[in-house]
This record gives sequence, structure tokens and C-alpha cells, in this order.
Amino acid sequence: MAVPKRKMSRSNTRSRRSQWKAAPVHLVPCPNRACKELKPRNVACPVCGQYAGRQVVEPA
Amino acid sequence: MPTPTKGTRLGGSPAHERLMLANLATSLFEHGRITTTEAKARRLRPLAEKLITKAKRGDLHNRRQIMKVIRNKDVVHKLIAEIGPHFADRPGGYVRITKTLPRKGDNAAMAVIELVQEKVAAKAKRTAKKAAKAETKPAAEETKAEAAEAKAEAAEEQAETNAEATTEAAEEAKAEDAASEQADQAEEPAEQAAEPEAKEEAKDEAKSDKDGES
Repeated sequence: MAVPKRKMSRSNTRSRRSQWKAAPVHLVPCPNRACKELKPRNVACPVCGQYAGRQVVEPA
Repeated sequence: MPTPTKGTRLGGSPAHERLMLANLATSLFEHGRITTTEAKARRLRPLAEKLITKAKRGDLHNRRQIMKVIRNKDVVHKLIAEIGPHFADRPGGYVRITKTLPRKGDNAAMAVIELVQEKVAAKAKRTAKKAAKAETKPAAEETKAEAAEAKAEAAEEQAETNAEATTEAAEEAKAEDAASEQADQAEEPAEQAAEPEAKEEAKDEAKSDKDGES
């Protein structure tokens, strides 16, 4: 079985982990004029429960 | 031609997927709206639409075809007696999927899948509304145009009265301008006469510089 020949240096480990980044979630204001809360695109609004003018989910 | 489902089956085996989809379809027709993962909703939609198409025909053969999937006879009866006739005037697209926030425990993409409640007549209403709007718009334009004409007439009248006043004022102003212009013209030639001499001097200097350099 293949095994590492050398110990991975702290520098190499940290350089690799420096690329573990989180991307911000793209949010848009709810098109419901009474709500206007930020929500992900193409998703029923979690605050007012509407999507495209229809009541889809129970409001939180 | 029916395309085979891409990727692995839901639940691991084809039999498990069939059972899961059958249960989902039963729940959907029983409640009219269910919340499930988006992957399951996307797989369920074609199956549910085909079952509704069979329910719309509603004869014995189609009933038996539905019974192959949905084992609950109450739901089969509801599907053929209520849901099929409800979609009589809708040519497909009986089921709607709306995405919702991901599930808390495992962040799985969730969706609400529901039977479309709106009647197709709603579309006709929209077109009727559009037609009504189209009718009202020209009327509004006409009124606007009339208002604009009235304004234009008023403006013309005002312009005439103004013009009379302005022509008198303009004549007086012209006379004043002419007098002042004559005075200016008298001064200008003297300046012009002084300028050329200065220019000639400058030219001579430039020439002498050039000669010295060469």
C-alpha cells in the first residue's frame, strides 16, 4: 500500500487549508411588497411564505 | 420515446424507488400538496401527471392502470372522481413544484409539490383584462390628446398677446442696439489699426532669431 514518505509540513497543510473558503449566499429582496425581506433566488420566501404571488408555505 | 432515469435510483434499488414514488403519489393525491426533497419531487412529477392523464379518461382499463401504482382504493376513487374532472380543461401541467429553504438537519434541498388549483379559465380572464386595458388606453389617449389640443390653443392665444407686446419692446431695443453698435464700430477700427504694427514687430523678431540659429 502506498504510504507518505515524509511528514506533511505545517506550512503545506495550512497553504492547502487556506483555500477552504465559504462563498456568500446570493440573496434578493422578496418581490412581495409587504415583505421585502432578503431571500435566496427561486425559493418561496421563508418570511411571508409567498412565491410568485402565491401562498406556498406557512409564514414563519 | 421514454428516456431512462439518469443516475441512481431513489432509495438504492428500482423496487425501492417504485415503492417510494407510489407512496409519494398516493400522499400527493390524498392531500393535494406535500413537502418533500426536491429530487423526489422532480421524479414524482412525471409519474403523477401520467396518473392524472389516466384519471381524466377514467374508464375501467385506466382505473386498473392506476391501481397498479396506487394501492389505496379511496385515493384512486378520489383521483378519478374529483381530480380528473377538475383538470378536464387543462392540457397537462397539473402539478407544480416550488422550491423552499433547505432542510434543517441535513441541508437537503426541499420543495413543495402540489396539484394546480387554479382553473385554466384564469388565463382567459387575463386576456379579457388585457383587452379591457387596451380599450381603456386609447380612450385615455384621446382625452390626453384633447387636453393637449386645448393647451396648444391656449398657448397660441398667449403667444399672440405676448408677440404684440414683444414686437413693440423689440423695436425699442433694436434702436438702442443700433446706436450702441455704431459707437462700438467707431472704436474698433482704431484698435485694429494698432494691432497690425505689433504683429509685424513680432514677426521681425522671430525672423531674426531664426537667422541667428541657422
